[in-house]
Order: sequence, then C-alpha cells, then structure tokens
Amino acid sequence: MIQADLTVILPEIVLALYAMVALVGAVYTSKDGLASALVWTTAGLMALLAIWIAANGDGTNVAFNGMFVDDGFARFAKVAILLSAAAVLVMSQEYMARRDLLRFEYPLLIALAAVGMMMMVSAGDLMSLYMGLELQSLSLYVVAALRRDSAKSTEAGLKYFVLGALSSGLLLYGASLIYGFTGTTLFSGIIQTVHHGDVSIGLLFGLIFLISGLAFKVSAVPFHMWTPDVYEGSPTPITAFFATAPKVAAMALFARVLHDAFGGVVKDWQQVIVLLSVLSMLLGAVAAIGQRDIKRLMAFSSIAHMGYALIGLAAGTEMGIKAMLMYLAIYVTMNIGTFAFILMMERDGKPVTDIDALRQYSRHEPGKALAVLILMFSLAGVPPMLGFFAKFGVWQAGVDAGLTGLVIVSAIASVIGAFYYLRIVFYMYFGDENEDPIETHSSPVLWVALMGSAALMLVGIFYQFGIEGAAAAAAATLVN
Amino acid sequence: MTVFAFYLFAISAITGGLFTVISRQPVHSVLWLILSFLSAAGLFVLLGAEFVAMLLIIVYVGAVAVLFLFVVMMLDVDFAELKAEMARYMPLALLIGLVILMQFVMAFGAWDSAQGASANLAQPVPVDRHNTEALGVILYDQYFLLFQLAGLILLVAMIGAIVLTLRHRKDIKRQDIIGQMMRDPAKAMELKDVKPGQGL
Repeated sequence: MIQADLTVILPEIVLALYAMVALVGAVYTSKDGLASALVWTTAGLMALLAIWIAANGDGTNVAFNGMFVDDGFARFAKVAILLSAAAVLVMSQEYMARRDLLRFEYPLLIALAAVGMMMMVSAGDLMSLYMGLELQSLSLYVVAALRRDSAKSTEAGLKYFVLGALSSGLLLYGASLIYGFTGTTLFSGIIQTVHHGDVSIGLLFGLIFLISGLAFKVSAVPFHMWTPDVYEGSPTPITAFFATAPKVAAMALFARVLHDAFGGVVKDWQQVIVLLSVLSMLLGAVAAIGQRDIKRLMAFSSIAHMGYALIGLAAGTEMGIKAMLMYLAIYVTMNIGTFAFILMMERDGKPVTDIDALRQYSRHEPGKALAVLILMFSLAGVPPMLGFFAKFGVWQAGVDAGLTGLVIVSAIASVIGAFYYLRIVFYMYFGDENEDPIETHSSPVLWVALMGSAALMLVGIFYQFGIEGAAAAAAATLVN
Repeated sequence: MTVFAFYLFAISAITGGLFTVISRQPVHSVLWLILSFLSAAGLFVLLGAEFVAMLLIIVYVGAVAVLFLFVVMMLDVDFAELKAEMARYMPLALLIGLVILMQFVMAFGAWDSAQGASANLAQPVPVDRHNTEALGVILYDQYFLLFQLAGLILLVAMIGAIVLTLRHRKDIKRQDIIGQMMRDPAKAMELKDVKPGQGL
C-alpha cells in the first residue's frame, strides 16, 4: 500500500530529496560558490517535473488515506506553480549575484516552498492543507528577509512572519471548529456530513475562520495589509516570486477547500467570497493610484487581480473554476514579464523602483518600451490583449452564476485601475523631459522573459497553447 | 476520588493561569505557568492519556518553561512600562473582547453536531493497546505523510535560522584538523639569534 502511495507523490519526493541532497552537497563543498549552478539546476528540475506531471498525470489518484489527492485540478496548478517558480529563479540569478545576495540556500528554499505549494494544491485533508501551507509560508518568510543588512527587507520578513502566524492561527481555529462539528478532517468526510444535514452556525463559524486564514494568503482585502510592505521591502526577485507561484497555490487551495469540502453549501460561502472580491478589486484599483514605487504599485495590482480571480471562485460553478484557472495562468505570465522589466530598471548599477524615472523611456529603448506597453495594457485589461480575455472569462462565469452586480462593480474597478497602468505608459511615451534617465541593464534571460511574455499577450488571443482545454478538464475534476 | 482529583487539578490549573497573567514579577509568572502545565498533565493522566501527560512535563516543563525562564532572566524588559502601555488600550481591548465573546456564545449556543459526527470522532482511549503504542501507530502509519512534512518544515526553520543569522568571518583562525595533525614538529618552531639592539 505504501508503495502505491509513494508513486502518487513521486514528484514531490523528487523535489524534496533534491533540495536535501543539494543542501548537504553545497554545505560540504564550496557553499555559495555553487549558488549560481544550483539556481539553474533547481529551475531545470522544476521545469522537468512540470513536464512530467503534465505528460504523465492521469485520472484521480488518492494517497495516504485521502490526505493527498492528485487530480487534474492539482496537476494544472502544479504545472503553473513549477513553471513560474522556475522562470522567476532563472530571472533572479544575475540580479542576486550582482548584489551579493546569491546564497546557495536561496534556490533550495524556493524548491522547498514549491514542495509546500504542491502539497497545498493536492491537500485532501485539513491537516495536510495546513502542513503544506506552513512549509510554503515558512520558506517565504525567510527569503523575504534575505537581504539581512537592509532594514526594509528585515522589516518585510518580520511583518510577513508575524501576520502570517496570526493568519495561521485563524485558519487552525477554523479547522478545529470544523473538526469539532463534522468529526473528521478529511475533505471527503466533511462534504458527506455537510450533505447530511443543514449547516449549523458552529460550522459556519469555522468556515469563516478558515476563509479568513486563506484570504490572508491570497492577500484579499481586508487581509491585505502585509502585501505592500512585504513587496516593497523584499529583494525584487523575491517580490516577483511572491506575486506569481504562491498566489496560484493559495487560490488553488482556496478553490479546493471550498469545492471539495464545502461544495454542497455554495450559498453559504458565496457571499463571503463576493465581499472579499469586491473589496479587493476596489481597494487595489484606488489605493494604487497614489503609489510612486513600482513594487508597491504591483502589490496593489496583485491585490486587485486576486479580486478578479475570486469572481471565478464566487461563481461556485465549473465554469467559474475554469475561468479562475485561466485567469491565474495569464496573470502569472503577465507578472513574469513585468517583473523582468522591473529587475532591469537601474541607475549606476543600483536598482530603481520609482516610476518617475521612466519618463521618456521610449526614446532610449523603443523595443522594451513597446513590450512594457503591451504588458501594461494587458494588466489593465484593454481589449486586444490576453489580460482582457482573462477578465472576460471570469465576468462570463459571474453573469452565468447570477452575480451580475459583482461583475458590474468589477468592470468599474478595472476602469479605475486602468489609470495607473496607463500612467506608466504615458510617462514612457509622453512624459516630461527626464534629465536623469534610467539605464536598463538587460541580461539575455530577462530580455527573453520580457519579450516572450509580451509576445504571449498578443499571440495568446489566437492560440492558447491548450491551456483552455486543460483548465476546463481541471475544473471538471474539481466540481462534479 | 477521581472527581476530587479532577477538581484539584482543574482549580490549580486555572489559578496557575490567572497568576501567570497578573503577577508582577515575570519570573513568578513563569513559575505559575509551570504549575499550570503540571496540573494539565494531571488532567491528562485522569483521562488515561499518560503518554501525553509525560510529554507535557518533559517538553513543556522541562524544555519550554526553562527556556522561558532563561529568556525572562536574561532580557532586560521593563514589564511595568509594558503594563502601563497596555492599560491605555484596555477599554478598547475589553470592548472588542466582549463583542467576540458574544459572537462565540451565539455560535456555541447553537452548537449541534452533524449526524454521525460522534462516530467519526476518534476514540480517545483505545481498548486493545496502551496509548503510547496507539499514538505511535497513528503517527507513523496513518499520518506518515504529515509526520514527514513536519520534518521538512523543521528543516526549513533550521535553514532559515542559519541563513538569517550566520555570518562567515574571514579574519579569524579556524581549527584545521588535518593541517594540524600533519604539522612537522621539527619545523614548528624556529630559533632566531637576535643581536641586542638590532631586532629581526
């Protein structure tokens, strides 16, 4: 029996074993001298595992008495997580090395965080949910504070840690209430008891606590307060990582808990998700207007984007989950490109994050400016770009589920939000004369990431690389 | 007899908890906390969970509380000042606490277990084996995956502590065992004949 179980979680085992072997190997040999090589091997291994999972996965496999579920939904999320983590890793290598931040623990912590995220999206039990979440969060707290001689980075790490611990507390409290009511921590058991009778207030209480804890992890308003500070204080490659893979993992986990364990009582949690979604979209749109720092701006942007993705979850339908998965995949691609550009921004070898520095940028680098223009249009959701289709998908799902009001609010929020994306474009093309222009240091990897993701925003309209079919299949396995 | 023991332990646990919060001396607080732990261990014994009781004493009293004691003794924290700070926010905190308490009363007042929940709940005391064995079976068999994941989490915590605090210093002498063993005693010391007034 154990053999069958182990086969199901083989990708996770491989990644975890790799991290441990590489850790011991690096400690006993040249330590940080190996860091660059480890970044590339880790990224390579993640990409290989992603291909393996995408190609090999078949059907729904349950292991460890239902605690670990490997189905189409989990595989879709895992592929997205692994590929985006690998992309961010290779993008970060040069930046970290030039600023003396490249330590050999960094790629390994990212690998362990990826193991945690894979556990999260495959969780079939409240306990394995918590374990995966904690493995991921703990690694992220450490990498947030990686630049330990900078007060801001340390503050980011500490703030993230303390507030993360608080949210874990909320989540655990909710989980214990749910256990108390249903007598089991297995999602399959919870959904049975929920189907039996109606939901008591006690169980709802637990569910609300659980949702609050998870909302913190996806940084949905009102649990978002940590996001701008952590994004601003962490080293930029780490911020890029925060904005991509963990968001996919947390949203996928959110969807899994709500559908696998509480799929029978959609009406009971729908209103909560609608509220989270509305608040996130509005706050993300309005609060970002005053930001001059592009990392803080991206933090509010990610809050708003999580709000849009939550529409798909709020719909509570198979179509909603499909739209959410598509949204996440497109959001991650856009963010990788945008962060590749932010990683390039510098002046005299020092990173610059002020958006004023972008004035007249298109004169110096028309090619990159065009790529950023496409990405900003896509983030804002301007029609010809892929970002619009992501929003369109969740809106469609929302209208189908009868959430017309939510969709209208979200359309308004996206118009407000377009202001700050377009302002960056305006600065680049029509800004005042800039006597102190930025240089953009571009390594081949960053260039490929920026141009590639901008190209995908255009090409994706015609050809979606089978993502749509995969997302539909993934959604079908979750909601049935 | 059991009832008497229960009330004895319960009252001392609550008293310990109360004095942990209100005593003025932080060291006294820790000592009251230890009393609270010990009483809780007693309650576990009454429940027939002797292994958990042992763990509570060994881990919480033996390690955690002693660690607390050291921290409290070594850190120079002005607790009186902290308490004054706390007193300022007390009214607001009490209000929030009251609201939350009322919500809890509403939630638990309507408590109603789902059908079949009591059957689902694990039996606290297995009949056919003693509870150390039962815990072991659960931990290493049913919850094997979680046990391993907990190990990974601890590994990350350890890596994190090292990454964030360890600084390699280049300017200090380290022990080099092989180099020291291979030293040739004949070359270890060199005699110089220093002429007066000249130096080397």
